[in-house]
Amino acid sequence: MHTQPPARWKQAVQSGLIGGAVALLLALVGMVATFNERFIVSGAVTMGQIIFLAPILFLVYSGIRRTAPQSTPTLILSGVLSGLAGSAVLAALVLIGRFVNLRAMFVNASPKLYDILTFGQEFSLGLPILLGSGLVVGGIAAGVLRLSPQWRSALMQATLWTVLIGLLRDLIVIVTVRWGPLAYVVKWFFASSGLTILGAVIIFVLIGALGFWRAGGPALARNRVPASRRQLVRWVRRAGVGVVLLLLPPVLGIFFSEILDNVMMYILMGIGLNIVVGFAGLLDLGYVAFFAIGAYTMGALTSPELGFFNMTYWQALPFAMIASVLSGILLGLPVLKMRGDYLAIVTLGFGEIVRLLALSDWLRPWLGGTQGIQLVAQPRLGGFVLNTQQELYYLFLIGVGIVAFIAWRLKDSRIGRAWMALREDEDVASAMGINHITIKLMAFATGALFSGVAGTIFAAKLTSIYPHSMNFLVSINVLCLIILGGMGSIPGVFVGSLVLIGAPELLREFAEYRYLVYGALLVAMMLTKPEGLWPEERRRLELHEAEEVALPEEVAAAPASD
Amino acid sequence: MLRTWIQRITLTDILVWAIGLVILVGVIWGSIVTLETGKYSAENWTDLTITGLALGGVYALIALGYTLVYGILRMINFAHSEVFMSGPFTATFMADALIVLGWWNKYPLLSLVIVLLVAAAVSSVIAILLERIAYRPLRAAPRLVPLITAIGASFFLQYVFRGLYGSGLKGYPEMEIFKGFWVLSGIRIFKTQAAAIVGAVVMMLILYGIVQWTKIGKAMRSVSEDKEVAALMGINVDRVITITFAIGGAAAGVAGILYLLLFPVAHFFMGFFPGLKAFTAAVLGGIGNVPGAFLGAMVLGLLESIGPNLFLDGLGIPAPNQLKDAIAFAILVLILIFRPTGLLGERLAQAKA
Repeated sequence: MHTQPPARWKQAVQSGLIGGAVALLLALVGMVATFNERFIVSGAVTMGQIIFLAPILFLVYSGIRRTAPQSTPTLILSGVLSGLAGSAVLAALVLIGRFVNLRAMFVNASPKLYDILTFGQEFSLGLPILLGSGLVVGGIAAGVLRLSPQWRSALMQATLWTVLIGLLRDLIVIVTVRWGPLAYVVKWFFASSGLTILGAVIIFVLIGALGFWRAGGPALARNRVPASRRQLVRWVRRAGVGVVLLLLPPVLGIFFSEILDNVMMYILMGIGLNIVVGFAGLLDLGYVAFFAIGAYTMGALTSPELGFFNMTYWQALPFAMIASVLSGILLGLPVLKMRGDYLAIVTLGFGEIVRLLALSDWLRPWLGGTQGIQLVAQPRLGGFVLNTQQELYYLFLIGVGIVAFIAWRLKDSRIGRAWMALREDEDVASAMGINHITIKLMAFATGALFSGVAGTIFAAKLTSIYPHSMNFLVSINVLCLIILGGMGSIPGVFVGSLVLIGAPELLREFAEYRYLVYGALLVAMMLTKPEGLWPEERRRLELHEAEEVALPEEVAAAPASD
Repeated sequence: MLRTWIQRITLTDILVWAIGLVILVGVIWGSIVTLETGKYSAENWTDLTITGLALGGVYALIALGYTLVYGILRMINFAHSEVFMSGPFTATFMADALIVLGWWNKYPLLSLVIVLLVAAAVSSVIAILLERIAYRPLRAAPRLVPLITAIGASFFLQYVFRGLYGSGLKGYPEMEIFKGFWVLSGIRIFKTQAAAIVGAVVMMLILYGIVQWTKIGKAMRSVSEDKEVAALMGINVDRVITITFAIGGAAAGVAGILYLLLFPVAHFFMGFFPGLKAFTAAVLGGIGNVPGAFLGAMVLGLLESIGPNLFLDGLGIPAPNQLKDAIAFAILVLILIFRPTGLLGERLAQAKA
C-alpha cells in the first residue's frame, strides 16, 4: 500500500482534521471543561487535556497507519502535519471565541474552556502552545508506529494503566486508607487529586516493564501447567473469586457498596435481557416495564401506606414473580408474529404504556400516581432486617448467582438451542419442528422474571418506588451493557455492567455525559465489534460469517492486516 | 372452509382476539357514555378536531421520513426523531438572530422563509451525515445491527444537543402575524393551527410530487422495489439513498417548525414522543406508502386529541389527558396485531426482506 505522496499528505491532514473535529465536539459539549477538575497526574496532566488530545492522537495514529509511509522522516513529518491540522481546529475555536461571543449559541464555549485549551497561558503564548501540543501528539503517534511491537504494546499498556489508576484514585485511596502500612505507601503515590508525579512515573515504568516482559517472554505460562493440575487450578481460581465477592462489602465500605449494589442490580436485569435479546434475538426496548411491574407488585402488596395486604418481602416475592412472568407472556402474545424492528417499537411502546399508567391519576389508589409508593417492606432473615447497602449486596449476590446459574444451564439446554435456532432463522427453526410460540413466550417470560426480581430488590432497597425511575433510559442502560459485553454472553453481562454502571458512579462528572457516551458506544460497537468485548463464540461466527466465507482459511486465521 | 379455519386457530389467536374485543367494547361503551352525558359541547369537539388535524399535519411530515427510509432500506431510522428535533433548535437560534436584526416582525414572511430553509437544511445535513457515518457501513449486516446503531445514534444526537445548547427550554418567539384566531363559518381556528395544517398539506403535496413525478422519485421507487436490479439499470443506489435521507430530513425540519408554532419551546428531548407517534402514523397508514403516512398521521392526530375525552372519560377514568400518549402506543400495538399492513399499505410487518 504505497500511496502517492500528495495523496498521502492530503490523507494525513484529513485524518488530523477529523480528530480535531471530534476534539472540538467534545470541547463544545462541555466534557473538556467538566473533566478538567480531575487531575491524572497532580499539577501536570488533567483528564480534560487528555480528552481533547486523545482523539487527535488516535485519529492521527490510525490515519498514518493506513497510508504507512516507508521512510522514517516522511512518517514523522506526516504525523506532525496531521497532529498540527488537528490542533489547528481547536486553535480556530479559541481564535474565533476571542472575537465573537460563541456563548450565545454554545453554552460551553466559555472563557474557562479557552483557558484549558491554551493550557492556562495568555492568548499570545497559549495559541502556539496549543498548536505545538498537536504537533507533539502527532509526532508521538508517528513515532509509536515505528517502534517494535513489543515496545509499542508495553508503552500503550503503561499509558492506559497510568491513566486508569489516576482516574480511580478515590476508590483506591478510600479503600486502602484503613489498612495501616498500605495506606502509607498509597499516600505516597497519590495527591489530593490524581497521582503524584513520582507515583505516575513509578507506575508507568513498572507496568511498562511488566508489559514488555510479558510481550517478549516465553509462551504463556498456562501451557506449562500439566493437564491433571489444570482442573485444580481452575477450582482454586473460582474459589478465589467467590471469596473476593463475599468479602467485597466490608472491604469497600458503604459508599462503594452502594455502587456495587447498582452494578449487581443491572447484572440481574442484564442476564434477563440477554436471554431475550442475546439468546432468542428478540430486541426488547421496553424491558423496564417488567422491572416496574416487579417493583410495583412488591410495593402494592407490602406497603402499609396503601394498606391492602401488608405482606412481608418473602411473602410478596412469589406474587411479584408471577406478575412479571404473566406480563412477559402478555407482551409476548401480541408480538409473536412480528420480527425485528416492529418488535423493538412495540416493546418500547409497551414500556411507555406501563410508565404512563403508573403515573396516571386513574391507578393512583393502587399505584400511588406521581408520588409513588413509600414504606415498601424490607427483606428479613430470621429477626434480622436486610437494610444497609452492605447487607443488601448479599441478597443481590444470591439473586445474581441463581439467575446466572439458570441462564448458564439454559443456554445449552434444549430450550437454549431452540432460542438460538430461532435467532438465526425463524423459518428454518419452525421447519425443524421448533414450536416458535412456546419458545418465544418462554424467552419473554424468563427475561421478565429476572427483571421483575431485580425490581423487587430495588424497591426493597429504596423502600420507595417512583414512576419516574421507571423510564426508557433504564432499558437503554441494560441494552448497552449487554451489547458492550457481547450479546448472548453471560460473562459479558458482568463486564458490561461493571464498566457502564460502575464507571459513571465512580466518576461523578461522567454522569452528565453518560448517554452521549452510551450512544456513541452503541454506534462504535456495531460498526467495529458487533459481537462485544467478551463474545459468545456462536454469535461471533454468525456476525463474521461473510468474511470467513470470503477468505481462504489461512488468511482468516491470521490477524486482520488492513 | 369454515372447518379448516376453525382448525387453524390457536389459543394465542383466541387470546389476542379476546383482548381486541375487550378494547373495542371499552371504546364503544366509553364513547356512548360520554356522548350521553353531554359533558362536552359541540364547540369543544370542533376545537379538539382542529387541534388533532394540526398535530396530524406535523406527524405526517415526520412520518414521511420514516416511510421513505423504511421503503428503501427496510429499517426503522430510530434517530429520525432527533433529525426532527434539530429543526426547532435551529429555528429558535435563527429567530433570535432575526429579532436582533429587526426583521422578525418587519418582514415576517421573509423571516419565516429563512427560518424554514435553514432549519430544513440543517435537518437534512444531519440526516445525510447519519446515513453516511452510521448506516451505510452496515447495510449488509444482520438486521439487529443497524437497528441498535440507530438507537445509539438517536441517544448520541440527543445528548450532543443537550451538551451544545444546554438542557433548558428554548423559547420560540411568536410572530405578530400568527397571533389570534379566525372564525370560519362559526368555527374558531387559531392562526398557528391553520398555518400548521396548510403548511403540512402543501409540503406533503410537494413531497408526493417529488416521489411520484420526478426522475429522482422514480429512482427512489425503483430502489425500494429491488436495489440490485435498480443498480443494474444504471441507478446510483448510494446517491438515491442519500437523497432519500435528505428529503426525509428536510421534511422533518419543516415539521419541527410547524411543531414550534403549536408548542413554542425547543428542548433536547422533544423528538422522542413526536418521533414515536409519527412512526405509529407511518405504520397506521401502511409503511412505505406516502399518502398512507398522511392519512395515518391525520387519523392518529385526531384519535390522540379526541380519544381521551371521548373513550376514556366515559369509562370514568380521571384526568384522561394524562393517557393520551398511552392511547397512541396502544393504537400502534393494536394495528400491528390486527392489520400489520396498515390502512393503505401492502407490505407486511412480517415480511422479512
